[in-house]
Amino acid sequence: MFEIEFMSSIVIKDLRVAIGEKEIIRGLDLEFSKGEIHAVMGPNGSGKSTLAKVMAGHPDYQVTGGDILLDDESILEMEPDERSRKGLFMAFQYPMEIPGVSNANFLRAAIQAKLPEGEELDATDFYQRLYEKMDLLDIRREFTARSVNEGFSGGEKKRNEILQLAMLEPAFAVLDETDSGLDIDALKVVAKGVNKLRGPNIGILLITHYQRLLNYIIPDYVHVMYEGQIVRSGTKDLALELESKGYDWLKTEREESGGPLAATPAQATA
Amino acid sequence: MSTETNTIDIDRDIGNFYYDVAAKKDAGVGLTEKTIDYIVEAKQEPDWIREFRHNAYRVFNSKPLPTHWASRELEIIDFDKIRYYLAAGDAPKRTWEEVPEDIKRTFERLGIPESERKFLAGVEAQFDSEAVYSNIKKAVADQGVVFMTSTEALKQRPDLFRKWFGKVIPTGDNKFSALNSAVFSGGSFIYVPPGVKVKHPLQAYFRINAENFGQFERTLIIADEGSEVMYMEGCTAPKFTTATLHSAVVELVALPGAKIQYITVQNWSPNVFNLVTKRGLAHEEAEIKWIDCNIGSRLTMKYPGVVLKGRKARGEVISIALAGDGQHQDTGAKMIHAANETTSNIVSKSISIGKGRATYRGLVHVPKHLKHCKNNTECDALLINAHSRTDTYPAITVRGTGNAAQHEASVSQISAEQIFYMQQRGLTEGQAMSLAVNGFVNDLVRQFPMEYSVELKRLIDLEMEGSVG
Repeated sequence: MFEIEFMSSIVIKDLRVAIGEKEIIRGLDLEFSKGEIHAVMGPNGSGKSTLAKVMAGHPDYQVTGGDILLDDESILEMEPDERSRKGLFMAFQYPMEIPGVSNANFLRAAIQAKLPEGEELDATDFYQRLYEKMDLLDIRREFTARSVNEGFSGGEKKRNEILQLAMLEPAFAVLDETDSGLDIDALKVVAKGVNKLRGPNIGILLITHYQRLLNYIIPDYVHVMYEGQIVRSGTKDLALELESKGYDWLKTEREESGGPLAATPAQATA
Repeated sequence: MSTETNTIDIDRDIGNFYYDVAAKKDAGVGLTEKTIDYIVEAKQEPDWIREFRHNAYRVFNSKPLPTHWASRELEIIDFDKIRYYLAAGDAPKRTWEEVPEDIKRTFERLGIPESERKFLAGVEAQFDSEAVYSNIKKAVADQGVVFMTSTEALKQRPDLFRKWFGKVIPTGDNKFSALNSAVFSGGSFIYVPPGVKVKHPLQAYFRINAENFGQFERTLIIADEGSEVMYMEGCTAPKFTTATLHSAVVELVALPGAKIQYITVQNWSPNVFNLVTKRGLAHEEAEIKWIDCNIGSRLTMKYPGVVLKGRKARGEVISIALAGDGQHQDTGAKMIHAANETTSNIVSKSISIGKGRATYRGLVHVPKHLKHCKNNTECDALLINAHSRTDTYPAITVRGTGNAAQHEASVSQISAEQIFYMQQRGLTEGQAMSLAVNGFVNDLVRQFPMEYSVELKRLIDLEMEGSVG
């Protein structure tokens, strides 16, 4: 049982990403393993959401350099659905509405898609699990029949993302600004859901602008992202430091050092 | 991921197969007076039908193609290169055992005998020009319900047939109704006696097997006072490179208080021109409902209609059209209000994929002298990429006071972001599109009998799976 000392992980190596002619991520390194929660914080425009979308394989972004490895395998050539089936989940900052498709049917289709060919999802088990997770997230039963995210409030959409996360049981989850637009009560519900899920079987990357979320979901590591790079990493104390200092010091620091970014050839080659 | 659909190779595994079957009766290629005489003689029809056909042939020749308002594509049809009558020359069989093996395997592959055992009250299976099988469950026949081919009915039940044949849709209604009237063969005849409610659906399955062929079935359904019946038709053909023509005429008569539901799931191959005239006549307090699903064909022009002739009559058209690359679904509905307190409802949903084109054409007519008539029209279009085209041409004339019409239309798209969202949850691009399309038509599909909603969902899945590059 214990002979394999393999730590399942996502490794991002010197990642460079552009949208159109503009380079957004400029040589980013980050690594996180199952069982860990990492927070990525940073000011607006630092490339946080781009990082999430690139990991999930959004077609609008071009990876111009570096790699993303999931358990030592590059996922860059994989379609978004293949990445998903490999165990990568992304909670969207702006979840999409799918009119006419019920939440229950959507989840069933998604879970079914992960099963080996020829294997059918057991409906009774499915609903039992679904109701369990819904209770955990304070979601009412009639929710199952409503269309995916259609007419949902901001809070309902975010809770739905966490419900999908709970049902799909991925190995890795990237939560893109899940706290944005949530009032404190909704935030607590979402945090409760994530805390219930955390454990040795999942690695979580929390992307957030505010420290507030980290009061409820305590991360193991905190990274600061600025102008497309991770410029500092530390423990949860780093988040508190950011809270008191704001993000302005990043700018100052960069200007003082002459800035490694000023020297990047990105704009020149673009 | 690509939301661009360049080449669409639609998966038509269900219908796209061909077994070589020799026809004993063949009217040859092209249409002349002689073709009509050949058909009359092959079918051993009475003189009044011969006369009816010849007259229709003259009307057909005198009418121009209706290309000015729909599509110039009709000009592709070469009436001189089509075969108008092909049949094995036998009367329809009452058991599948009697159906010739080479034809039987076609219908078995399409699952018809199986459906019949499971949930149908009766089945007719037409192969090219004639029905090869026609059977009604004994319990249903014992209630006095007549279900046979129209060829049989005009000979065996002229009392019922002649009274209504050609009355709802006159020969000269349009060029294609005239063509059908000249060369019609096959199709169903149904008569439901007063008060009889047929519990299970009656079904017809239309199969075109031959190349360069035209299928012209003629269906007449009469629901006598207070009776109820549901009829379903399915259609397929193998994919040929040459144009195939399907031009049916369907007439429904709902006598006072009767209810007719007519369901079509059309999945013709993409070389078929599907030009069908369908209309029902609803007497007092009668109800006619068309559920019309157009998935296949190259060009479909079809606008099921209801003439609301009696007070409190009700008409409904529920229509789903899916236009893939190279397809044009020109569909819609006609509601002619001709009595007080009549109501009509039209719900049309179309999906255009790739260069596919969907057109809704509606006609609602309420004349000035009528009171308390109501119409509701809803048209929703879904576009699946930038090349798609959708048009809505509603013509609603409501005159007089105390009549109400309501019209709503919407156009939406499946966005790349929606597809990405679903893909992120593990669905392939095809599965994601399929789910979104099924969601779009979901509220309509729920009105279908179970077996048909499953079938329709399967067709949409296949179509969407095949439509991503």
